[in-house]
Amino acid sequence: METIWYCLVAMMIATYVLLDGFDLGVGIVHLTVARSDDERRQVLNSIGPVWDGNEVWLLAAGGTLYFAYPALYASAFSGFYLPLMIVLWLLILRGISIEFRGHVQSPVWTPLWDALFCLSSFLLAVFYGAALGNVVRGVPLDASGYFFEPLWTDFRLGRETGILDWYTILIGLAAFFALTEHGALWLVVKNTGAVQQRARQIARQVWWGVVALTAVVTWSTFRVQPQAPANLAAHYWGYIFPALALAALFSLKWFLARPMTERDDRRAFLSSCGYLLGMLASVAFGLYPYVLPSSTSPSYSLTVHNAKAGEYGLRIGLVWWTIGMALATAYFVGVYRYFGGKVSTKADHQGY
Amino acid sequence: MDAVAIHRLHFAFTVTFHYIFPQLTMGLALLLVILKTLAWRTGNEHYNQAARFWARIFGINFALGVVTGIPMEFQFGTNWAQFSRAAGGVIGQTLAMEGIFSFFLESSFLGLFLFGEKRLGPKGHWFAALMVFLGSWLSGYLIVATNAWMQHPVGYTLGPNREIQLSSLRALLFNTWALWQYVHNMNGAVITACFVMAGIGAFYLLSGWHEAYGRTFLRVGVIPGVLATILQVLPLGDAQGRLVALYQPATLAAMEGLFETRQGAPMAILGQPDQEKRRLDNPLVIPRMLSFLTYRRWKAEVKGLDSFPPEDWPDRIPLLYYSYHVMVGLGTIFMAVMLVAAYLLWRGKLYRSRGMLWALMLCLPLPYIANTAGWISAEVGRQPWIIYGLMRTPAGVSPQVSAGNAWFTMIGFMGLYTVLGILFLFLVYREIERGPEPGAQS
Repeated sequence: METIWYCLVAMMIATYVLLDGFDLGVGIVHLTVARSDDERRQVLNSIGPVWDGNEVWLLAAGGTLYFAYPALYASAFSGFYLPLMIVLWLLILRGISIEFRGHVQSPVWTPLWDALFCLSSFLLAVFYGAALGNVVRGVPLDASGYFFEPLWTDFRLGRETGILDWYTILIGLAAFFALTEHGALWLVVKNTGAVQQRARQIARQVWWGVVALTAVVTWSTFRVQPQAPANLAAHYWGYIFPALALAALFSLKWFLARPMTERDDRRAFLSSCGYLLGMLASVAFGLYPYVLPSSTSPSYSLTVHNAKAGEYGLRIGLVWWTIGMALATAYFVGVYRYFGGKVSTKADHQGY
Repeated sequence: MDAVAIHRLHFAFTVTFHYIFPQLTMGLALLLVILKTLAWRTGNEHYNQAARFWARIFGINFALGVVTGIPMEFQFGTNWAQFSRAAGGVIGQTLAMEGIFSFFLESSFLGLFLFGEKRLGPKGHWFAALMVFLGSWLSGYLIVATNAWMQHPVGYTLGPNREIQLSSLRALLFNTWALWQYVHNMNGAVITACFVMAGIGAFYLLSGWHEAYGRTFLRVGVIPGVLATILQVLPLGDAQGRLVALYQPATLAAMEGLFETRQGAPMAILGQPDQEKRRLDNPLVIPRMLSFLTYRRWKAEVKGLDSFPPEDWPDRIPLLYYSYHVMVGLGTIFMAVMLVAAYLLWRGKLYRSRGMLWALMLCLPLPYIANTAGWISAEVGRQPWIIYGLMRTPAGVSPQVSAGNAWFTMIGFMGLYTVLGILFLFLVYREIERGPEPGAQS
């Protein structure tokens, strides 16, 4: 039962990354791909009706994590106190940047929100990457099951780690490149004209960065977290996840390089989804059964077994979770189909 | 200030600011359905235009409600880790359900409601409004059910390490406390929305702006408003009070400023509780009223604070006493104002009664105060427990988060929320000034 919930929570987090990932990426490239006010509205309209729903996956995944592994929620959220609060502030700034920008037409008002939208999206991508890096690297959990990490110490791996060290910054950078690629490809799918051209250009250049960082991150993760190679050695079928990521990375390049049709653009975006999914699934596979490894002593680590909630709650949760997820999937398919197709370039007051 | 106090203040501050927004959007969602229904049944474009205006106000409030709401879920883990570890298996259920059942519904249909009117057509757009209403009211239920469990824990067993495990989802979802608290709370949200709508309508008539819309807003605010304000006193407020008397008797005594157990206990209208001397100064009371309201018998005995050991008393008695009295006092005033306004509307005089229009306009901020005071009564009333009777508040905090770190984020939130508050007032006033007329929007 606890393994089922491990997979379900991992799936929800992956869905969050795929969906909110593209609108974060859109934020990162916002200032570069869109120069005029019309173009910037066009960019915002490509995520306008969906970004809020995408962010709900964070809340839904958080809530699910909370009831399935309360000890993990308690330990991780209080231990990562400072970075989580900063993430909250960034989410607030980003949300109001998107929503408030269109309310006043002024050369002072709109550029301010555009810049904030870009900055908060960039920092969120880096912080999410760093958070993932912290979970993979392990944290100084003690016998009480709690820890507290400052934002940084000496940037080295060791006993007294901070949130940021060379490894977690590296993962943060990898997340930044991967989400930039993802967001640029979404804009290619949703737009026409100059915005699409510039987004495609960015996607082509950033791809090389994604490849380079994927190689470095994979190499360093195998050194930092020994559980990952151990799991792969024990279960050969696990190679399917990194293989998926690799295949998706190259199919992405293929669709980007080909003479462009709309269908190829969509395939390029789907390849990017495949890449993110493959990478995240590799992490989930490599970490199991740990949910939060301890860098102090392996016996203090939180695992799916010692962090789980009571059996009844997990069983009854599976019933309503399945129903709720079926409904949520139906809404999402509906909304994405409804708002499918290219964003209109005409000024339209039913938008941003 | 020690770590426990700052963690409490941290949650209290962020949740109080957060609840400014959902109390309007939940109530307004209902009024939007009413406006869309009027538009659909009468075929009059005027109502659609009014709905579009309120949808813009709704959008600003909704965005702020979302961004200030995410910190609430996070803070259970960040600031109240021991509470989360003990109780997450129970309240995590309702919190996760809120995300999965209501936020997905709400966010999907809100996108359609705000962006899709042209393509959806009148019926489709009405349906989108209805779904936004259902989503936000479902979300309200699941949050109230979470809080109700902390007020009156049910459906759990204690595990081998005293960890709290869910034993009945049905008991958790249909907690008696949750049902009554929910209707009381949601009706409070409707009252806020009615006063906001009527208040802006009154402002338009007094200013001579957008007068046709001002009259519509007054009608759509006052008619549901008079119903909601009456229901809030009887039966909803009364029922909530009797639940407190039944399950949290020490809280009732503190709310009423009743230090001594008495037969035929009076109800204090005014007065200042003096905790040191254990008496109510300058009391203005209705004799025997508290006994009657609580037990329906004039001579019934009501337990005063002296019946409970001081360590089980709510730890901020003056705050609890005043917030409760502010809520009840304002609730009574709301009923009076709405009754007069409804009478004048019925006689066809409301639109010309400048005095009443002034009163309605000035009442606009008061329901926010009453709803906030109500929540302070509930939360301070639950003290010294974080889970009533089961876990004391100081036992619930995060052991490793120091007071200094909590201060840092507290100051951060205060600064950020001040900016948000200023932006909110600026944007909402611009929308009100721009008004509902078709040509006015840019």
